[in-house]
Amino acid sequence: MKNTINPKDKRFKIAHREALIGVVLVVINFLWWYGFAYGLGSDKVEHYTYILGLPAWFFYSCIVGFFVMVILVILTVKFLFTDVPFEDEEGEPK
Amino acid sequence: MNWSVITPLVIFLLIIFAVGFWSHKFVLKSHSFLEEYFLGERQMGGFILAMTMVATYGSASSFIGGPGVAYTKGLGWVLLAMAQLATGYFTLMVLGKKFAIMARKYKAITLIDFLKERYQSKTVVLLSAASIVIFLFSSMTAQWIGGARLVESLTGLPYTAALLIFAFSVLIFVIIGGFRAVALTDAVQGVVMFAGTLILLIATIKAGGGIPKIISDLAAENPKLISPFGADGTLTPSYVSSYWILVGIGVIGLPQITVRAMSYKNSKAMHSAIIIGTIVVGFIMLGMHLIGVFARPVMPGIEIGDTVMPLLSMKVLPPFAAGIVLAAPMAAIMSTVDALLILVSSAIVKDVYINYIKPNASNAHVKKISFSVTAVIGIIVILLSLSPPNLIIWLNLFSFGGLESVFIWPVIFGLYWAKGNKYGAVASMVIGMISYIILDRFYPNAFGMHTVVLPIIISMLVFVAVSLFTQRRISLENTYQRF
Repeated sequence: MKNTINPKDKRFKIAHREALIGVVLVVINFLWWYGFAYGLGSDKVEHYTYILGLPAWFFYSCIVGFFVMVILVILTVKFLFTDVPFEDEEGEPK
Repeated sequence: MNWSVITPLVIFLLIIFAVGFWSHKFVLKSHSFLEEYFLGERQMGGFILAMTMVATYGSASSFIGGPGVAYTKGLGWVLLAMAQLATGYFTLMVLGKKFAIMARKYKAITLIDFLKERYQSKTVVLLSAASIVIFLFSSMTAQWIGGARLVESLTGLPYTAALLIFAFSVLIFVIIGGFRAVALTDAVQGVVMFAGTLILLIATIKAGGGIPKIISDLAAENPKLISPFGADGTLTPSYVSSYWILVGIGVIGLPQITVRAMSYKNSKAMHSAIIIGTIVVGFIMLGMHLIGVFARPVMPGIEIGDTVMPLLSMKVLPPFAAGIVLAAPMAAIMSTVDALLILVSSAIVKDVYINYIKPNASNAHVKKISFSVTAVIGIIVILLSLSPPNLIIWLNLFSFGGLESVFIWPVIFGLYWAKGNKYGAVASMVIGMISYIILDRFYPNAFGMHTVVLPIIISMLVFVAVSLFTQRRISLENTYQRF
């Protein structure tokens, strides 16, 4: 049969792990974003503290959150992601 | 006419054309016309891949609509917009290497090719092609109208002339250059979008007298503007969070994004695209929406949200810089429209015509058909934009969420769940679409969340249930086929 996908292809194990990492990152991203935004932001506006002129909830949730995610993404890609060939010549144990 | 504003725009258009003609060379000498024209021969490097994803995703709403809403709602809307940061890494990581490997094995050029090989079902192909054509046609028209309005407001030309200028500039490079031209111009457009955001953000902060001053002005006008709940207190945590589905992780189901995840050269390209994409999309979304909020003290009393961004640029920037900044939304619109155009064309030519009407068409014939189908679609869209029928506007409202509800599970389960089968896929596509339209009509924002959430959950349950229920039938079918 043509186009058979070999489920035991070891490249898929890498791919599955990396997809899972993507999901974990989104969960971290969401918790950080939600936690700071509504944790600090639900206070009365008069009680807000400010960092660099921005309300603290916004500063931590959106600005710091952005940098944290960029750093996490760089670290995961550099250290956890593996280079694999996409073409069929290699990587297929038979 | 304000020539110092228009000059940068014209230069920008000329660069885009140059790229289109340059790409045409590849179309002419390529060995496999289809793979080149619709996928750029899977040669995208990391930077181009990142930029084409960001630019395709970032549309009129990121540069015109979004900042306009941020202007009225305050920082809460910037918070909501930041849900889009996830698109930068999530889509490529989750579709990831598995999608790239399977797509190559299947020799898939379009998302539909992939679904066709994975599910071996004609119904899946026709359903997908139909939803792509219907929904993207309408969202293309909407973007086109946005682009024409923008040209109209910048140059003072009448709407029809503005539309024709805008439309023909896009059409020419897409028709002759194909996917490669689209991706390369996206890279140019992505850079323009990034630079435009940066320039305008700095100029707006300066014009407002610094961030602390802007924030205290906002708080003095209405304290809720600097709270996460929006100026009128309507942005509840569950509503804002549900945007993580619509504009964050659900983006995986948008065919114009998915097709890009099979276009890259190697895993190195993918790795650097994830990093670049996250930085660029995060910066543009954060920057543009902050600009919208910061514009409020600088230019109070704007009634129509969509005009905030053009008016602000003209006010806080010298004319030539305003021209560069205003090239950004134009770039955003063009890069979305061109991606949709080539995708709709591929759905018609590759997925329907070659699959079912004329499977053994010669290369020369396919070439002719591809050029002419792309051109005809473009012209139809122009005609529709001249006097947009209500149906188009209505359909466009569903386009994003509708496509996500249709495609997200067939793609994800197709990749990661071996038991997912064609019955599950067909059922989830149909139910996803219908439930989205019905809920939107009769029960929008159920449980305080965006309408897209329920259809995505429902279509997942349907996919799983139907796939498990038809297990026996599928294995029987396979047995028969074998003997």
